Amino acid sequence: MLYIFMLGYDVDFGHMEAVSLISAPKYPEKQVGYIVTSSLLNENHDFLRLAINTVRNDIIGRNETFQCLALTMVGNIGGREFAESLAPDVQKLLISSSCRPLVRKKAALCLLRLFRKNPDVVNVDGWSDRMAQLLDERDLGVLTSSMSLLVALVSNNHEAYWSCLPKCVKTLERLARNQDIPQEYTYYGIPSPWLQVKTMRALQYFPTVEDPNTRRSLFEVLQRILMGTDVVKNVNKNNASHAVLFEALALVMHLDAENEMMSQCVALLGKFIAVREPNIRYLGLENMTRMLMVTDVHDIIKRHQAQIITSLKDPDISIRRRALDLLYGMCDVSNAKDIVEELLQYLSTADFAMREELSLKAAILAEKFAPDLSWYVDVILQLIDKAGDFVSDDIWFRVVQFVTNNEDLQPYAAAKAREYLDKPAIHETMVKVSAYLLGEYSHLLARRPGCSPKEIFSAIHEKLPTVSTTTIPILLSTYAKILMHTQPPDPELQKHVWAIFSKYESCIDVEIQQRAIEYFALSSKGAALMDILAEMPKFPERQSALIKKAEVAEVDTAEQSAIKLRAQQHMTNALVVTDQHSLNGTPQSVGQLSLVKIPSISGDEHTSADQELSQANGTLATVDPQPPSADLLGDLLGPLAIEGLPGAAVLSEPNAVSGLEGVPIPADDAAAIVPVEKDTNSVQPIGNINERFYALCLKDSGVLYEDPNIQIGIKAEWRTQHGRLVLFLGNKNTFPLLSVQALILPPVHLKIELSLVPETIPPRAQVQCPLEVMNLHPSRDVAVLDFSYKCGTSMANVKLRLPAVLNKFLQPITVSAEEFFPKWRSLSGPPLKLQEVVRGVRSLSLIDMANIFTSFQLTVCQGLDPNPNNLIASTTFYSETIRPMLCLIRIETDPTDRTQLRITVASGDPTLTFELMEFIKEQLVGFPTAPRPPAPPAAPVAQPTNPAALTDPGDLLAGLL
Amino acid sequence: MLVAVNVLSTCMFQIQFVLLISRQGKVRLTKWYSPYTQKERSKVILVYKRYASLYFCMCIDQDDNELEVLEIIHHFVEILDRYFGSVCELDLIFNFHKAYYVLDEILIAGELQESSKKTVARLIAAQDSLVETAKEQASSISNIIAQATK
Repeated sequence: MLYIFMLGYDVDFGHMEAVSLISAPKYPEKQVGYIVTSSLLNENHDFLRLAINTVRNDIIGRNETFQCLALTMVGNIGGREFAESLAPDVQKLLISSSCRPLVRKKAALCLLRLFRKNPDVVNVDGWSDRMAQLLDERDLGVLTSSMSLLVALVSNNHEAYWSCLPKCVKTLERLARNQDIPQEYTYYGIPSPWLQVKTMRALQYFPTVEDPNTRRSLFEVLQRILMGTDVVKNVNKNNASHAVLFEALALVMHLDAENEMMSQCVALLGKFIAVREPNIRYLGLENMTRMLMVTDVHDIIKRHQAQIITSLKDPDISIRRRALDLLYGMCDVSNAKDIVEELLQYLSTADFAMREELSLKAAILAEKFAPDLSWYVDVILQLIDKAGDFVSDDIWFRVVQFVTNNEDLQPYAAAKAREYLDKPAIHETMVKVSAYLLGEYSHLLARRPGCSPKEIFSAIHEKLPTVSTTTIPILLSTYAKILMHTQPPDPELQKHVWAIFSKYESCIDVEIQQRAIEYFALSSKGAALMDILAEMPKFPERQSALIKKAEVAEVDTAEQSAIKLRAQQHMTNALVVTDQHSLNGTPQSVGQLSLVKIPSISGDEHTSADQELSQANGTLATVDPQPPSADLLGDLLGPLAIEGLPGAAVLSEPNAVSGLEGVPIPADDAAAIVPVEKDTNSVQPIGNINERFYALCLKDSGVLYEDPNIQIGIKAEWRTQHGRLVLFLGNKNTFPLLSVQALILPPVHLKIELSLVPETIPPRAQVQCPLEVMNLHPSRDVAVLDFSYKCGTSMANVKLRLPAVLNKFLQPITVSAEEFFPKWRSLSGPPLKLQEVVRGVRSLSLIDMANIFTSFQLTVCQGLDPNPNNLIASTTFYSETIRPMLCLIRIETDPTDRTQLRITVASGDPTLTFELMEFIKEQLVGFPTAPRPPAPPAAPVAQPTNPAALTDPGDLLAGLL
Repeated sequence: MLVAVNVLSTCMFQIQFVLLISRQGKVRLTKWYSPYTQKERSKVILVYKRYASLYFCMCIDQDDNELEVLEIIHHFVEILDRYFGSVCELDLIFNFHKAYYVLDEILIAGELQESSKKTVARLIAAQDSLVETAKEQASSISNIIAQATK
């Protein structure tokens, strides 16, 4: 049976036999029983309860071998119940002097397991003295086990175990000097390396060593270990001694030793990263990275830079990764240039799995430590050139931001972009950057050879056939800008560009079509073009998205190692920095309004521009007749909060056509024109959430929620007590939705499992998230989906009820008169049969009522009741805890007064009867059959979390006008 | 859904599971020290070493000492070697229960309990003799019964 299990099959038979074997009196049977039980069952298994008593008898019994077996099993699979009933006995065994070492060491580890699993159950108060006693143990087997136990105890609460600290140091000394160690415990000439490692691990859990004597002797030992280790031929000896050594290094780092010792450590590590053995090289690099978190060692580590860079070319990918991490960590202003150049060089040979990380890291370093900005631009352009596929949009958005904000940089960047365009085959991202940069700044180059507007245009236009639809809009904008900058106008160029615009006017992509039409209209207006297509305003200074990303990654990977404490400090630093940045960011929301270009802001111009435009835009198919007003503006701007998607939205429409805000466009397309950034945003749901919910209670698919950014659709399948729902999260925007989170708050009676929801929904994409529902017992409570996403700086958060309601677990069933009446009679009186008179019911004809019932999966049984004013229905209810249950319902109506009726519900389960009764009452009293009068549009469920979001953009603008 | 991950990170065992896999990908021995689901299997390190046609894998936490575990594997192999007398894959296939006993003597709850080869060998030998005597008793009893019924 064990063999079957080992081969990976599920073994769910014979558990009982295994457990009963444990209580057999003979050793072989018992042994087999224990082994099988401990392998097949895990701590959550019910059968184990049966065994607890036998196990306990074995433990407190006199037979040593039985004790051993029992302890081993508990140590391997013991759960909470074991901890509750066995912990005191195990503790007694551990400290009893009458037991042989072999029992005691098992007891120690057994206790360790129980303690780790349930620290609250095992009582370890006052154990410090006993632990100290245990550490005096001569038998190394027991000592090893006790040390493991100590590690767990100390990691939980180091305060209580101060008394053990000197003992640990003493043990370490004894081991390191090889005093009094039996031959059998030396491993390749090293006295029990495992115990050494454990002891040092335990020492790392104490924040510091205060007693000067202890400290001194500890350092002596460490020094000895550091010096005494050398690379030898024998692999095993090598491994063992290095295991000890690395632990010693960790301890040194933890103790904040003097500089001298630190530099010694780094020197050692430097030696390791040069050895041939890959394991040691790997660990050397990793430890060096850890070392970086300790201050003052940067300079020493830098000496090994060349060696680390060689490791980047190692055949083993995990070593390459470590080396990359280390390089990233050790980079600062002084060596940034070398390192980044090295990374760029490596990028062209690196394997695909690493390229994305590599390019991201290079970009971050270049930004963080750039000695001058032109170098930064160079690096990024090279990066895009070499690994275009792996350069995320964030990276090139960032370059554009830098260039826009630094006037000195603009001619240089434009010239560079021009150079890259001349290359025969360039990556699409490069096309985007160069097109954008040239569109903005090509006029600065106009006097250079080969940079006349015409030449630039043809250089860019060459690329047009090769790019995808996301790039075409950028190219179109560039054309419009080039056209605008051509002074005096060049009729030939103009003709050419117009031809392109009119070609794309019928493009299938809405974005491209819209731009083509607009630019065409704008460019035919002549002088007004100047204002509208003016240079992009400067971007507000904000924290680099890349650095943010990196920080998130840092927090993720921050090693929870022995140097935990220091790492935490490190992290808090990082967080503080972030805070400052975001603080800097907020006041600018005020400033941003002034950044809007002049013509757009005054109301008069606004309207006139609009009128002109709507006249000019004869071709614009979707003209909204509504005159532009501050309110409309507010509506338009509402969904446009894009701060926080740094550059993303702005760049998707690089031509910030500020004057166009007022152009009447249906709200859905509003996101396509993104001239002004706003911090403010309150996401309003579209449609009534309650109505959508009620509709979904009856249907199995439909829209659960919708707002300007996202639409959540739902599709469900129900079978007995199981349900499978699929949530369709559709992003309606042209930019990705970030920080998407969905949490299910299930009521007790439903077991709901939601599969992973992706954090980002790409633009115009739909994501499916399956959801498994299981009904445990009858209840009318509703599960809630807590859904949030980031839109701009504000989080949008909605709480939506999920239509996994009682009636979804019903299945219609037809009952004949012969079945119905005996059943009806057998269920007599409360709590199985409940009767109630309900008043204030909406008046419904019997047929309407029957329709409602059918929609709830209740079968209306015709002709069972002799009275035509009565109605009888039946259904089956499915849940996990009770068997499928037949439910019978009888409604007696009064033909003279339709607002009152008597309901009788009967089923075999009292809760079910009650819940069903309440459910029917709710439905008959409150449920809408016809669409309800439109509810107030602002549904209370949507609550923007950001207080800033409360300021209505429309009001803000109105105040300014 | 979310809680489980936290629990795991607070009560880590040093070694979370041991796997012996043959070169053909067949599993020869498994031992789990903590139950967990597919989702939680992230951010762990797998330490493995190959002996002839068998891969010995142990799964540990990120901040554990890898070399130490590597040596535990070697220690385990040496003891098996001593017990079976130059161990081979077939030994483990046919005597997998014995391999379990040995593993139980070396590791409990994912922690090393005995680092002396001699001690382990002695304990295993003692267990075997117990089993043997029990078997002899059983067979002698059945012999007696068989004779009595003749």
